[in-house]
Amino acid sequence: MVTPDRTGPVSPPSGFAGRSAPSGRLPWMLVLPALLGLVFLVLPLAGLLVRAPWATLLERLAEPQVLEALRLSLVCATVATAACLLLGVPLAWLLARVDFPGRRLVRALVTVPLVLPPVVGGVALLLVLGRRGLAGQWLDTTFGITLPFTTAGVIVAEAFVAMPFLVISVEGALRGADQRFEEAAATLGASRWTVFRRVTLPLIMPGVVAGAVLCWARALGEFGATITFAGNFPGTTRTMPLAVYLALETEPEAAIVLSLVLLAVSVIILVSLRDRWVSAP
Amino acid sequence: MFRRSSRWVAALPVALTLGLSGCGSGAPAASAPATEVTVFAAASLTGTFTELGKVFEAAHPGTTVRFNFGSSATLAQQITQGAPADVFAAASPATMKTVTDASLAGAPATFARNKLQIAVPAGNPAGVDELKDLADPKVKVALCAEQVPCGAAAVKALDAAGLKVTPVTLEQDVKATLTKVELGEVDAALVYRTDVTASAGKVQGIEFPEADTAINDYPIATLTKAPAGDLARRFADLVLSQRGKDVLAKAGFETP
Repeated sequence: MVTPDRTGPVSPPSGFAGRSAPSGRLPWMLVLPALLGLVFLVLPLAGLLVRAPWATLLERLAEPQVLEALRLSLVCATVATAACLLLGVPLAWLLARVDFPGRRLVRALVTVPLVLPPVVGGVALLLVLGRRGLAGQWLDTTFGITLPFTTAGVIVAEAFVAMPFLVISVEGALRGADQRFEEAAATLGASRWTVFRRVTLPLIMPGVVAGAVLCWARALGEFGATITFAGNFPGTTRTMPLAVYLALETEPEAAIVLSLVLLAVSVIILVSLRDRWVSAP
Repeated sequence: MFRRSSRWVAALPVALTLGLSGCGSGAPAASAPATEVTVFAAASLTGTFTELGKVFEAAHPGTTVRFNFGSSATLAQQITQGAPADVFAAASPATMKTVTDASLAGAPATFARNKLQIAVPAGNPAGVDELKDLADPKVKVALCAEQVPCGAAAVKALDAAGLKVTPVTLEQDVKATLTKVELGEVDAALVYRTDVTASAGKVQGIEFPEADTAINDYPIATLTKAPAGDLARRFADLVLSQRGKDVLAKAGFETP
């Protein structure tokens, strides 16, 4: 991405902001679409900001239901991301490092939740994990666990929709990582587990973090699968996106405030995490 | 960081352009005068209006009726934000009012009425017989959220009966509520009679007297800026005609 200055010393990737950037005119072939892309992404946000009822903003924020929904959103998205890390990183490793028959098919299957409309994903989850679902029936009769209409159900729905983002990022990082380090460790007698833990994981950490951020953001904004699988009840399953959708039915202004709150909180969290983790070499 | 995944990212603009051009190809047809009527109708009218659309197309050769079905509130919002619609059929007078208040529609006429029923999964596993059974904490109940018409009607009926029901979920629309019953995830729900009729076999409907306190009027109006002009009026007339009433009654609506 960044070509180091030909005459200067090879600089670390984190230093590209200053002197080490290549000199010369910016190619308009890149700058123009880049700016257009930026405008396209940012303009809808500007629309929200313009229409936001600033006068009543604080008042609405203090409503207990808003805080309740926000807390639920943050907790569920974080737990879902943790679950995705636990299952998704090994899955990405399997896809990138182990040659098994049908690997391409499995890789395509991983992206199913990305393509599936989330509402359909929610119905699919109900058919499997619902009270009368294939696995849900068994869960209910053996353990007395029913997932729909519970906070755990929200986490399941969010993890289902968000995990592909993590798997794809981590798999990309794994395929980009230099395998010679792993081979060297193996020749020195390290087991595959040790190699993964001590060599691979530190190497791909930026990819894992990026994937986790994407996964968390997707989980935080999840609507369709959540409302279909987990339902919508204040305090247990009504996350911010659900609250936004319902507010839109009667009070579009309240919906804008809720969206901005969700947006602001997620940006603050991501920026502070970024300073802490991502910029570290 | 994204070195490998950049291929995925690079494919996005292409997909986007394809998607946009796909939408664009439909636009010129809409500008041709009076061969197409665009009807925005409440989701609960999906079956009946699709049928009436075919009747209309048969009676007016060369015309097409395009539907946008959705939550009445969402449709009203789309119209006030300038969506090119000819006819608006809402599931509640309140949602219609947001459009008429903005002077975007002519005088609305009530063309159908809908009543709540208790919907239970086939076989009625929880043994629900009447409205007060819904207050039993062992019975899992789904209701529509109060913000949407079926939810407001449910609150009204439950209040009239003096019942306190704690649902496990407040669904975003009546079809979502019904899905929970069809899949057996809940033991009972309050939905419209027409929805029960549409899902006959998968759910059973139970009438209850308090439903009469929460009857839902469905108003229809032509929009003042209707691109289809006179054709819009004729579609609304069809809905209000005897033929329209027959189709609506068959689906479980009461007609005025």
